[in-house]
Amino acid sequence: MQEQFNEVFTKYHEVITWGVYGTAIALMLIGLYAILIKKNLVKIIIGLTIMDAGIHLLFVGIGYIQNGTAPIFSPGYENAADRMVDPVPQALVLTAIIIGFAITAVALSLVIRLYKHHHTAKIDQIKSLKW
Amino acid sequence: MIFIILLIIMAVLLIAAAIYSITHRDLLFAVMGTGIVSVILSMFFFLLQAPDVALTEAAIGIALTTIIFIITIRNTSRDEDEIIDKEDKKI
Amino acid sequence: MKKAFVIILLAVLGFFLTKTFMDIPFGENRIGEVSSNETAAGYYLNNTPAKTKVANVVTAIVVNYRGLDTLGEVTVLFLASTGLASILYRRKREEEDAERLSLPSSRIMRTGVRVLFPAIVLLGIYVFIHGHLTPGGGFQGGTIVATGFLLMLISYKGFNTDHNRMVWIESLAGLSFVGIGIWGLISGNTFLENIPETGILNSLISGGLIPIIYIVVGFKVAVELTGILDILLNIKPKK
Repeated sequence: MQEQFNEVFTKYHEVITWGVYGTAIALMLIGLYAILIKKNLVKIIIGLTIMDAGIHLLFVGIGYIQNGTAPIFSPGYENAADRMVDPVPQALVLTAIIIGFAITAVALSLVIRLYKHHHTAKIDQIKSLKW
Repeated sequence: MIFIILLIIMAVLLIAAAIYSITHRDLLFAVMGTGIVSVILSMFFFLLQAPDVALTEAAIGIALTTIIFIITIRNTSRDEDEIIDKEDKKI
Repeated sequence: MKKAFVIILLAVLGFFLTKTFMDIPFGENRIGEVSSNETAAGYYLNNTPAKTKVANVVTAIVVNYRGLDTLGEVTVLFLASTGLASILYRRKREEEDAERLSLPSSRIMRTGVRVLFPAIVLLGIYVFIHGHLTPGGGFQGGTIVATGFLLMLISYKGFNTDHNRMVWIESLAGLSFVGIGIWGLISGNTFLENIPETGILNSLISGGLIPIIYIVVGFKVAVELTGILDILLNIKPKK
């Protein structure tokens, strides 16, 4: 599978570049649209999750090297350090995924608490009710 | 040749699931759309030679994020445009 | 009116992002020569099998070379769990017995979960013990164990997790992570230095402190996520 992927890569370089970077930027813009326009609080947090996914894809896509392999020194491959992909963005994205989940959990608990007090989950209704 | 088709299909599915997730009115379907985005994203990470990141995204994005959203929908309203009056009567 | 402004803003943002990222060629080799230690990635790839004797480079970066960032991430998870517990706090916990399930779950679910639960916990413990040999590690293994506990919580009505024992395990795990770091300070080296001698590459006991730190982190993450799910499932729904 690896060799076929690499030989296709050299022929269709433009398509693959547009494919990976373009998808990540499109996901970020879709998430940002949901955060700015939608009125329901749960929809806003869904938009936050989708924007996080786009950013993570962009980071891992930058660290890819052509004809590269996964950065693990399995038995039999101890001298393959010349052909490995960049391991630093992967360590960064590992931390970022977990912190994104922690943010989602705290934000949703705030939404539950707000609903119990105001009996609605839409932000334009909450502005008009008094404390 | 088959990998170009695979990449294009996955990219189109990803954007279609994201758009479906933010425009649908029923919130339960929107949460399922977020789960589909996580599944396809995990496969993308595998194709970009990052197995650790793929495992983390699959474990957190599919199981835990979906269940947390479903518990929130259970305690708030399921419809997006639901308005409840102050005396607990639905309009 | 607001929609028009937002679409114009998104179009401008998208145009400039695309223009910037099309200048970064996809798949170009930016590491340089690995054996000459030109870049940080080259240094990590060159010295991980030689000095730390760990097979998984991402594990070595997360635990050994950037161990202080992992301590910060564990702190962020702990703060999130505490914050969530204090936002959803109810004082009269014993009187209103909140039910997790309004209907009993089906027979297929009850029988299947009884078989699956030990297998899932075993898989999770395997993933975080072998974090330095295969893809995996503390965070992934802890999440898998928490998923197993979630299955049990939504199938059986009488299954309750012991709150005191979970608090003890989490506090001991957090204290031992900081204790390992202070042990490095006491014996004359830097904070979180890899002091014990490393074994042979690709065997289970290798890498010095790296598997020990990941086992501690795995326990802490599993207990924390189970606590978060337990609190969220026991909220009394409206009417």
